[in-house]
Amino acid sequence: MTMFLTIAVIVLIFVVIFQIAKASEYVSVLKGEEVSRKQNNKINGFLMIVFLVLGLIGVWYCNKLYYGKTLLPHGSASVEGERVDSMLWVTLAVTGIVFVLTQIILFWFAYKYQETEKRKVFFFPHSNTLELIWTIIPAVTLTVLVIIGLRNWFLFTGEPPQNAAVVEVTGKQFGWIFRYPGKDGAFGKKYFRNIDPANNVLGLIWEDELSHDDIVTEQTLYLVKGRPVKLIIGSRDVIHDVGLSHFRLKMDAVPGIPTTMWFTPKYTTKEMKEITGNPNFVYEISCDQMCGNGHYSMKGVIEVVEQAEYDLYMAKQKPNYLDVFPDKDPAAAKADTTKTVAAKTADTAAKAAAKL
Amino acid sequence: MSNEAVLHAHSDLAHGAHDDHHHEHHHHETFISKYVFSQDHKMIAKQFLITGMVWAILGGLMSVFFRLQLGYPESTFPWLEDILGKWAKGGRISDEAYYALVTTHGTVLVFFVLTAGLSGTFANFLIPLQIGARDMASPFMNMLSYWFFFAASIVMLSSMFVETGPFSGGWTAYPPLSALGDASKGSKTGMDLWLIAMALFVVSSLLGGLNYIATILNMRTKGMSMTRMPLTIWALFFTAVLGVLSFPVLFSGFILLIFDRNFGTSFYLSDIFITGVGALPNEGGSAILYQHLFWFLGHPEVYIILLPAMGMASEILSVNSRKPIFGYMAMVGSLFAIAILAFLVWAHHMFVTGLNPFLGSIFVLLTLLIAVPSAIKVFNWLTTLWRGNIRFTPGMLFAIGFVSLFISGGLTGIWLGNSALDIHLHDTYFVIAHFHIVMGVASMFGMFAGVYHWFPKMYGRYLNNSLAYIHFWVTLAGAYLIFWPMHYEGLAGMPRRYYDYSNWESFKQFLELNRFISTVAIIVFAVQLLFLFNFFYSIFKGRKVTTQNPWQSNTLEWTTPINPGHGNWPGEIPEVHRWAYDYGKDGHDFIPQTTPVGADESHH
Repeated sequence: MTMFLTIAVIVLIFVVIFQIAKASEYVSVLKGEEVSRKQNNKINGFLMIVFLVLGLIGVWYCNKLYYGKTLLPHGSASVEGERVDSMLWVTLAVTGIVFVLTQIILFWFAYKYQETEKRKVFFFPHSNTLELIWTIIPAVTLTVLVIIGLRNWFLFTGEPPQNAAVVEVTGKQFGWIFRYPGKDGAFGKKYFRNIDPANNVLGLIWEDELSHDDIVTEQTLYLVKGRPVKLIIGSRDVIHDVGLSHFRLKMDAVPGIPTTMWFTPKYTTKEMKEITGNPNFVYEISCDQMCGNGHYSMKGVIEVVEQAEYDLYMAKQKPNYLDVFPDKDPAAAKADTTKTVAAKTADTAAKAAAKL
Repeated sequence: MSNEAVLHAHSDLAHGAHDDHHHEHHHHETFISKYVFSQDHKMIAKQFLITGMVWAILGGLMSVFFRLQLGYPESTFPWLEDILGKWAKGGRISDEAYYALVTTHGTVLVFFVLTAGLSGTFANFLIPLQIGARDMASPFMNMLSYWFFFAASIVMLSSMFVETGPFSGGWTAYPPLSALGDASKGSKTGMDLWLIAMALFVVSSLLGGLNYIATILNMRTKGMSMTRMPLTIWALFFTAVLGVLSFPVLFSGFILLIFDRNFGTSFYLSDIFITGVGALPNEGGSAILYQHLFWFLGHPEVYIILLPAMGMASEILSVNSRKPIFGYMAMVGSLFAIAILAFLVWAHHMFVTGLNPFLGSIFVLLTLLIAVPSAIKVFNWLTTLWRGNIRFTPGMLFAIGFVSLFISGGLTGIWLGNSALDIHLHDTYFVIAHFHIVMGVASMFGMFAGVYHWFPKMYGRYLNNSLAYIHFWVTLAGAYLIFWPMHYEGLAGMPRRYYDYSNWESFKQFLELNRFISTVAIIVFAVQLLFLFNFFYSIFKGRKVTTQNPWQSNTLEWTTPINPGHGNWPGEIPEVHRWAYDYGKDGHDFIPQTTPVGADESHH
């Protein structure tokens, strides 16, 4: 019922507007088209200046309302991200000045040079000096921006510092898998045909001994405050993107082609809770590349902690290898050979099933 | 001798003697040949325009639907279920439907409205009329161009009614998502139809584009040298060149995608394990290859959309300022520079794909270089207004609006083109705000400006001015109210293409803003319906045009009769003696291109 009422009201409004418009057209024909054209010209000229003033007030008001809701008031949560922010402010200053000036000129000219009988237009087809000025000034300004940008770009995409930790991040529909290299500091090889959703989500190759201490987790990634970390990013199915807005970085996860990104977390999650004043604050990993119908729910969490807490967390984690071969676990040394065989058979059976 | 007299003299001559170009008196046109399979460029232009309008309404309506979801994620609208059926069970759009709507909105608006609807309409309508030709180089190919577009439209429309739904992987259709039906329902039959529609669309574009280029290069009337052409024609020329050189590359990308989807090849696929399906046999492909092929069209496409709007805005600004366009040669030069650079910047869409950083840096440089010709254009437009005598016709209002939006959206391009900032802002609402303002709304404004300016030539009647003023002011204010705040969402890192933000601690603070944006979007959409009503009503009932040259313009289309027949000029095609922008010269308000240069005229 309300729907019909709404439609009726809308139609009514349309009809009223149309009738008024129609009537004003008749009036203008009666008044003489030239006269009414000039009246309309005055009205629209005036509206130009109204729009300019209201628009600039709107820009200010919008900033007042929403600046606090962006990431900018708290600054970047990564050391490298600070460069993004400072570059952002420089770019904002340059484009902001140009924006305000050109919009004022545009609407002011439109208002000022509206048609009057008195004015004789200035026949001004070209001026090399002027054109040269507004070719060179933008070119120079942009060169500066390019230089700032590229210096940061090469830092972001270059090699991380020597002491950087390495973590592998793998996207899948719709979640994140993390792999830490374990005590040996190196990742074992993997192959996508070995993937087994039950106990080998990354398809690690167990023949490669380096894989035996690799720790595989899902959903939450632990990082140490102040220690640079290099992410090796990949995907198991379609293209995803590791979006780290608080750290000001993002990188695609492409199946078959590993990508990398590195940064240095500045604050622990706990500290960020205080800085932002939000007790529920978490570093979220948002998938920023359309990856299917669950795209919007593809969330990961990064816990940035102090070294001690990190060590405690790591000590509790069991390598993926030991999930698959529990008998190899030194903590459960009593396992007998039959169990191992059984586990291996079960593993192969599961793999075969996955392939089907 | 006045232009009128030239025409009449020739007309009489033609009637008396031989007449091989006169159609209207001699052979009778049927309804089919006049309105359906027409080979008259003016009718084909109208066909493109009206088909584009239908798509604009459908695409706009889709955005209203998904904006409802974004603005009111917790609410239900039972009437949505009446319209969308199982896609909106219980009155809330499903995530699947949301992504299908977003994808189709993008595809349709970019290709069917702002490519076919914009350059299809105005290239067809204006090229022969403004260069002084009776029709296109090949009217038949021109007709085919429209009907291929029509076929593409039908196939795209039909994809919305298949059981698994239309394609839902974003308008860019990145594989593997678009290649694997198991990864997303929309990548099943819907994607096949999407690809067929797009392939037909490419054919349509190529047929049109080749024709536009051939016509402009070969069929200009006597005296119409390239440097005397109106800027509209220059813009449409570069648009056609861009399309002809880049659409085939997109097509090749689609062909490989079709092979990967149907014939077991691995151009784009490698190392894929789909949950519930298992490991796929494909190895060795590169998903990034598609992105290169796609954006090799995708970026020029932005200019395919924008250049016609720039051309029309230049023309309309000059006519209604009663002043020559400032820096004609610089305008042509900057169009040329943009057209060249358009081919050299595609990878700026791919900064975060793992692209080689050095390659990325080259693309940063080339991308920011585009700001230079863009700046030249903006300052030239501003100088064109300076010390003019401005008439705020509806076309002029939209042209001014175009400049304002082009500035606003162009400046954020400087942010995104710089890879070290893009790494933060990529795929957030900042990008949405940027390209909707600079490409979407600005080009839409160029299109509206064109429609209002040339409607009298198209239909021999005027659009209602009061409705046009309402249309303009509400749309301009609405465009800024919708897209300006989105920059702030982007600066909060809010990703695009999310169905629901309520589970995200980092992004859920914008619910109220999203509600506001959705409300404005609905109002703006309603005002577009008002424009449509004005358009169709005025075709039949609008105030009649009584003078041949209602805007007192210099260009050739206003030397044709008020309702020109097929062949445009009843007599001989007029000869051109000057450029198109002699407004306010030597005390004359305007001097049409057909007026010979007087002995006492000043040189500039």
